[in-house]
Amino acid sequence: MPPQTIVERILSRHAGRAVVAGEIAVCRADIVIGTDGSGPMAIDYFERMGGRALFDASRICFSLDHYAPPDTPSTQAFHRRIRDFAGKHGATVFEVGEGISHQVAVERGLVAPGDLVLGADSHTVMCGAVNACAIGVGSSDLAAAMMTGQAWLRVPETIRVHLAGTRPPSLAAKDIALALVHEIGSDGANYQAIEFAGDALELLTLEDRLVISSLMVEAGAKVAVFPFDARTADYRRGRAGRPGQPVEPDSAARYVREVRCDLSVLTPRVALPHAPDNVVPLAAAAGAAVQMVFIGTCTGGRAVDVRDAWRAFVQAGGRLAEGLQLVITPASREVLDEISADGTLANLTAAGATVTMAGCGACCGTSGVIPADGMTVLSTANRNFKARMGNATAVIYLASPAVCGAAAATGRIPERA
Amino acid sequence: MTIHGRARLLGDDINTDYIISSARKRATIDPHALSPYLLESIAPGFAASVRPGDLIVAGRNFGCGSAMEVAVTVIQAAGIRAVLARSFARSFFRNAINNGLLVMECDTSSLAEGDDLSVEMEGGHVLVRNTSRGGMISGADVPEIVQRLIEHGGLVPYLSARGGFE
Ligand code: SF4
Repeated sequence: MPPQTIVERILSRHAGRAVVAGEIAVCRADIVIGTDGSGPMAIDYFERMGGRALFDASRICFSLDHYAPPDTPSTQAFHRRIRDFAGKHGATVFEVGEGISHQVAVERGLVAPGDLVLGADSHTVMCGAVNACAIGVGSSDLAAAMMTGQAWLRVPETIRVHLAGTRPPSLAAKDIALALVHEIGSDGANYQAIEFAGDALELLTLEDRLVISSLMVEAGAKVAVFPFDARTADYRRGRAGRPGQPVEPDSAARYVREVRCDLSVLTPRVALPHAPDNVVPLAAAAGAAVQMVFIGTCTGGRAVDVRDAWRAFVQAGGRLAEGLQLVITPASREVLDEISADGTLANLTAAGATVTMAGCGACCGTSGVIPADGMTVLSTANRNFKARMGNATAVIYLASPAVCGAAAATGRIPERA
Repeated sequence: MTIHGRARLLGDDINTDYIISSARKRATIDPHALSPYLLESIAPGFAASVRPGDLIVAGRNFGCGSAMEVAVTVIQAAGIRAVLARSFARSFFRNAINNGLLVMECDTSSLAEGDDLSVEMEGGHVLVRNTSRGGMISGADVPEIVQRLIEHGGLVPYLSARGGFE
């Protein structure tokens, strides 16, 4: 067998034969995830494909996350369609308020190391943080996977990203992720996988890895996989789910490109409007006035993010800037419970923050607080395309939770994190 | 297979939220109801000016961002049969193939708005002729599985005919 990257090994296992980059293989998924965004169309397609039963109901889940809460008759109808279908076929539904699909799947241990995950949401790639080959697909692939358990996949080439150096205390995972997206470019990893390596990996918590994996789709990556280590094992301990089969690369595996990232010289970053690869050092964006700060999403809505934002907010004065709207949307109910338990939630609401139900919130303008015309938003999210948050005249900057928290107090993008 | 159409030019990094805003999907996923909003946030006149049979001609990384599949079906509902681009984001490329929208990777830099094009696909080879101004561009070869999906008209008819992948 030729030496293989992590993704080649995982896909070989799921194709039932040894495959290498460039080949097309039909692979069997371990877990298949849909959302209220992609699910209704997938259910239509499943029926048109002649689907009668799910290939394995225990491996299929739907999350009601993009329309949380469903505040129109049409979004209610999407939810009903999914609940009816899942009820009839025995699939799992993550109910409204339980959280973002891939976040909940990771939290509950439904995604195991070595898994092939097919998720009908581009940020499914986030699950790579737990050593899974997690691929974002559309509704038709979701429908096919619901019916057959399989997908046709081109085995991607792999870019190896070496993370080295000592991490400065103020360097957030988001800064690393934005720097990498900038370095690789908006399509630099298109059709390819990213595999992380290097001595600095042990400095990255599992939550840090989730941030980094999630953002790699903004460089086009099909997969963004971390090796399995003690951090992965710690995170998964006490969570339900299959144990999985951790996968390492062969030492002679072939990589299409090597990218080196020295954390010791990296500084905080901001993505300027209107693209996540339009990244500059924080200092270059400092001083810009913001009217809305959003802490949330599958990239920046976990408990550690909310706490980081709160800490920076307090350090910057602890009072909301005049007229500024601070919006907090926990990525999941688990996150909500964590920030409730330690008092962060109460502090935030007392300070005047708007806390919305767990889910995607305002990330793509499907629920939550939509910015007004001409508003400037600073956000922990992953995309700042024009109109992304539901208003084409709003302007969105992306940064780490700490930078966002400080801006909530000063009304401006800060000089330093 | 040969198709003819008029080139409608777009730039690089056209993401799926630009093709159709996620917020519009709140109301419906019916592509015919959504097609008046095609490209509304970056090219407001586009949807009204598009004619059935037009071809989208774009630069790098067409369809990046969200994997939402209505970005494909809305283009189809507007009467567009093919998209030619310097490159496609992988999720859009898959979704297009799966829905029977032809996607051809080729060097689009010589093509201009309004050019009449004829696109031929034969045994996995793609050839684009500029019938307005002359010139020929060959596209990237199409893998066999993709050819089979195209022949069936997409993944839904493919699987309903065969019941599975194997
Ligand atoms: S939080 Fe945003 S990026 Fe993440 S799944 Fe929801 S809409 Fe997509």
